Amino acid sequence: MTARVQTARKAGAGDTRFRILTLLAALAVLGIFSGVILSLVIGAMPSFKAFGFGFITTEAWSPTRERFGALAPIYGTLVTSLIAMLIAVPVGIGIAIFLTDLCPRLLRRPIGIAIELLAGIPSIIYGIWGLFVFAPWFQLHVQEPISNAVGDSAFFGTLFGGATFGIGTFTAGLILSIMILPFISAVTRDVLETVPSVLKEASYGLGATSWEVMWKVCLPFCQTGVVGGAMLALGRALGETMAVTFVIGNAHKISPSLFAPGTSISATIANEFTEATSELYTSSLIELGLLLFVITFIVLACAQLMLRQMEKSKGKVT
Amino acid sequence: MMTMNRALYFRRRLTNYVFVGLSLAMALFGLVWLAFILGALLKNGISALSFSMFTEATPPPGSAGGLSNAIFGSVVMSLGAVLLGTPIGLFAGTYLAEYARFGKLAFVVRFVNDILLSAPSIVTGLFIYELVVTHMGHFSAIAGSLSLTVIVIPVVVRTTENMLLLVPNGLREAASALGAPRSMVIKLVTWKAAKAGIMTGVLLAVARISGETAPLLFTALNNSFMSTDITHPMASLPVVIFLYALSPYDDWHTLAWGGALLVTATVLTLSIIARLLEGKKRT
Repeated sequence: MTARVQTARKAGAGDTRFRILTLLAALAVLGIFSGVILSLVIGAMPSFKAFGFGFITTEAWSPTRERFGALAPIYGTLVTSLIAMLIAVPVGIGIAIFLTDLCPRLLRRPIGIAIELLAGIPSIIYGIWGLFVFAPWFQLHVQEPISNAVGDSAFFGTLFGGATFGIGTFTAGLILSIMILPFISAVTRDVLETVPSVLKEASYGLGATSWEVMWKVCLPFCQTGVVGGAMLALGRALGETMAVTFVIGNAHKISPSLFAPGTSISATIANEFTEATSELYTSSLIELGLLLFVITFIVLACAQLMLRQMEKSKGKVT
Repeated sequence: MMTMNRALYFRRRLTNYVFVGLSLAMALFGLVWLAFILGALLKNGISALSFSMFTEATPPPGSAGGLSNAIFGSVVMSLGAVLLGTPIGLFAGTYLAEYARFGKLAFVVRFVNDILLSAPSIVTGLFIYELVVTHMGHFSAIAGSLSLTVIVIPVVVRTTENMLLLVPNGLREAASALGAPRSMVIKLVTWKAAKAGIMTGVLLAVARISGETAPLLFTALNNSFMSTDITHPMASLPVVIFLYALSPYDDWHTLAWGGALLVTATVLTLSIIARLLEGKKRT
């Protein structure tokens, strides 16, 4: 009898221990998150004290004079991500539509896997490919013709004019768009599959074409999910480092031309961190990292909330 | 009336064809990039592959060498990250799925974990730099491994939770009815039922970190020589690819391409194995 009680007690103690262990692991996740924020804030302090909020609005970046402003990298990060989104959102949604409704069943899986492989390729591979293979090709076959065609026109001339190097802000945005494409198409596919088939069948029954079913019924139904997926991809694009570092050109200035070299937050950190000799230099780079983290946090948090809401409403409608 | 209808019908059909064509074109657009990248990788990478790549350390410019130290470093640091990150991720995922499914804390942890999952990896590098490198006073393989751990954990947490949620409650109830305490139910029943899925998560995490460069740049740094000392800087494949690709030397470029092919092959093989495991589970 006592032996049995003892075994039961032991099991009970083990049970509590196990529960606490899992709780601690869960708290470790929170710990990492707050650790990231805390360490970045502490690391960014010297730079914040020296430059204050002017850090965000200053373009000058001069390690020799110890003057640091984040405007050029912030601009680069935002513009490359914008270019990436402008390309990847329509294409990603198009691919998802193709794979859910239009693709012959036999090809669905292979094409789906191939698109997902794009997400599996490490960012450094995009970088080395972008620098050695894509940039020269792009310069010769796309940039030069465009640059010649726009010539001196006021708007396009500024946007696409100037010397062509192959590398630059636009190239970085384009490569980013390929990298985030699979994220958008994956999320869109998932949410498109939540559309109840009665809705589709009803619209087909009314004589709608497949395009009308997709555009007027399915997409409005899962709007929140698609936007959430796009935000998720945006979060990725903003923080992408290696691919951008290879092809953006690393010039600390804001050029009106999209073909001109620029820099981004992540590229600046990756390139300069190990070379930063002074405390203020290091600290400025860490403040850049903090800015990046805050921006991506906001974007990703919105994405999470939207996708959660989508998940919740899924239960209600069907 | 009739003609108007026909015009409308024609227009709708036309729009349909145009957009069906467009979405086909977009799928092709994605596939073309994949072919473009993999093609270039094979073309430049295969000629760089050689036996000495696996046996010799990274050379100074102008002389022959391989990537053995970088391969070794990548394996060691990834292994460390997986060994440390998997249990933490597994337990945290278990907490979310088994103990506190609807709790407030679970909500916060889930939210934070999903943010960490997509957070810029360069930031984890900065975090470990501040946390470890500045206190140790120098770059080290330990720091590199820790920064990869930060990437492993959220991946494992997410897949573990998802996989445990797929386990039918009837299994848990049956085990509990037999008198098994909660921890036993989890360890002997739900973990076992979700094993393939959890393995998939670990493999995906390995795939993810084997190509990660940004967090290693200023934690593990690089080392031109073979080093087994984990308290000192260590080379890794992605960092060597980065440095060699941006160097002005042609033979370094060749090595970078060889390394790139190696990394991509590893990552894609791992993802495909993970996918097969997952597929087996589903059928």
